[in-house]
Amino acid sequence: MSAVPADSMRAPLRLALAGNPNCGKTALFNRLTGSRQKVANYAGVTVERKEGRFNGSDGRVYAVLDLPGAYSLNAASLDEAVTRDVIRGFYPGEAEPDVIVCVADATNLRLHLRFALELREIGKPMILAVNMMDAARRRGIAIDLPKLQEELGIPVVETVAVQRHGAAALIDAIESMGRHMAPPAKSLGVDIAHDADELHERTRALLAATVTMPTRTAKIDDALDRWLLHPVVGLLALAVVMFLIFQAVYAWAAPLMDGIDAATEWLGAAVGEALPEGPLNSLLVDGVIAGLGGVIVFLPQILILFFFILALEESGYLPRAAFLLDRMMAGAGLSGRSFIPLLSSFACAIPGIMATRSIQDPRDRIATIMVAPLMTCSARLPVYALLIGAFVPEREVGPFNQQGLVLFGLYIAGILSALVVSFVMKKWRRLRATDGGEHALLLELPSYRLPNPRDVLIGLWERAVIFLKRVGGIILALTILLWFLLSFPGAPEGATGPAIDYSFAGRIGHALAFLFAPLGFNWQICIALIPGLAAREVAVASLATVYAVAGVDDDASAQALAPLIADGWSLATALSLLVWYIYAPMCIATLATIKRETGSWKRMAGVAGYLFALAWLASFVTYRVALALGAG
Amino acid sequence: MILTELPRGVEAVVESVEEHGSPDNIARRLRELGFVSGEPVRVVAFGPVAADPILVQIGFTRFALRRAEAARVRLRNGASA
Repeated sequence: MSAVPADSMRAPLRLALAGNPNCGKTALFNRLTGSRQKVANYAGVTVERKEGRFNGSDGRVYAVLDLPGAYSLNAASLDEAVTRDVIRGFYPGEAEPDVIVCVADATNLRLHLRFALELREIGKPMILAVNMMDAARRRGIAIDLPKLQEELGIPVVETVAVQRHGAAALIDAIESMGRHMAPPAKSLGVDIAHDADELHERTRALLAATVTMPTRTAKIDDALDRWLLHPVVGLLALAVVMFLIFQAVYAWAAPLMDGIDAATEWLGAAVGEALPEGPLNSLLVDGVIAGLGGVIVFLPQILILFFFILALEESGYLPRAAFLLDRMMAGAGLSGRSFIPLLSSFACAIPGIMATRSIQDPRDRIATIMVAPLMTCSARLPVYALLIGAFVPEREVGPFNQQGLVLFGLYIAGILSALVVSFVMKKWRRLRATDGGEHALLLELPSYRLPNPRDVLIGLWERAVIFLKRVGGIILALTILLWFLLSFPGAPEGATGPAIDYSFAGRIGHALAFLFAPLGFNWQICIALIPGLAAREVAVASLATVYAVAGVDDDASAQALAPLIADGWSLATALSLLVWYIYAPMCIATLATIKRETGSWKRMAGVAGYLFALAWLASFVTYRVALALGAG
Repeated sequence: MILTELPRGVEAVVESVEEHGSPDNIARRLRELGFVSGEPVRVVAFGPVAADPILVQIGFTRFALRRAEAARVRLRNGASA
């Protein structure tokens, strides 16, 4: 102790939190570090890296790394490989942790103690935090912690991550470990990679010596699983839950989105007045503010959706949904785990594609990423609303509204297309024998628990920051590029048509007309497709610009635009454009996310290519069939 | 008897996990998750379509296994209640 120089006492002590999935590790991390967290990726991979800090009572700073959950150091997924390498100090660019804090769920020690034993064999200073002791006591589980500490030869403390001061004993243990770094006093001395049975043997002996447990399972889990996993009741319950989420995403978000729209407009107007007329004014107002505003407007929907996803995840229900749907999704070449990312994609494909990180099987993950853009994201809604409003008569069909039915049909068409595409990809992999054997599910269904509001809020905050960073980066750059294409060169003196017609975008639109003429698209539509690259809903505003309608926002321009296009376009053209937007390959932000998440330009090009081909073919067929039926 | 043949709610004991092919990573992972000789198992629920996947209670934990995964788990004869 006296040999430790004063300098190293001030250097932060590096702690790594490790444990099985569902051990409450992240809740404990939140308890230790509060909001002092930094979320990023580990170098070179898309595994989330979370680090936070806290100050000990002795004034020392502790840096806490929340490692991805792992069942074993024999890594079966990218997450587990990162955990293994960081703990051993092999991960490039990561400092080796000084102390391992192994987190174990007190109600699930049979599995979690095995991992603790495996970690202990590394021989690093280590503390075992037996978490969720409150739940264990409620179930009458008695754990002899002093005995466990003696048997393991490392400090063992109890924690209740969801309670204030629930980590006090852990902090004490960490501080005293910081003063006397002591490696584990015991070791199995076996080659853990090749002796799985020995670890299980030792775990059973430990349990027999230290734990008494009246029942193996919680009564509440048995009761809930009986109904929520019931073949009929369970599927009905899932449908109700999904319906409520959708209702909330569309109904609750509306006032917030209107607010953001109004704020964007106000800011644009204010900046527009403050700056002299010219390219800079136009860049800021039409490019940056309008462009970013058009994307940020989806933040409320994304946050409401993620609120539900985080709460359902914490409650333990989401893996149950994956269980119910796995067989159906596996039939189409996906997995039960694809359900959550695809659900997210209905708000926006970007968070959906980011959520595929939870899919361990790399082939299932790629398949999910490939079809996520087919889920009808909320950015398509303004386009659908415009076209349906203009061309589909508002009529009752039985108890339903005809316009609503068409909208519903468009959603279903997207989902069916996704299933067909993933099914074809599965067959294709088989055909080329690149499938590489069986896809594993091996999904743990944790105990049900009440979501902790603090952890849900911290999770939401992280999502918001990630989304906004993305908006600030790639989307801003693309928005500026598109503004340039739309604004230059300006209309010549004495020009009669709209200025956009003379711009690069306008020229590209005209040049593309030959490609889209077979689909019934006129040159105005072709031009509108280009700004739609940045965000699909911008296509509506662009159509308004092309038709020189003085609409202030999307709604107003849609109202003014509807009668114009109802007169100007044939029904066949409108249907063709509706079908085009089911596939809509033209969202650059989504493509950029795919590139980032798969690390492959080829995959990104593959997604863009197949979406474009499908959109073209489907629109072509729609247009021709509609013409043949006399809708021209 | 293998795990896929076990009726719902009946207690049984694991005998071994068989390798399907070599190396069988799924078999290794099953062992790591606690499917080892002498461990009590019980089927909690079946998936709604084709009774797939199977929800299995092993130790204190519940795992959803596809039928092909569960087919690797051999149960002890005469151990069912």
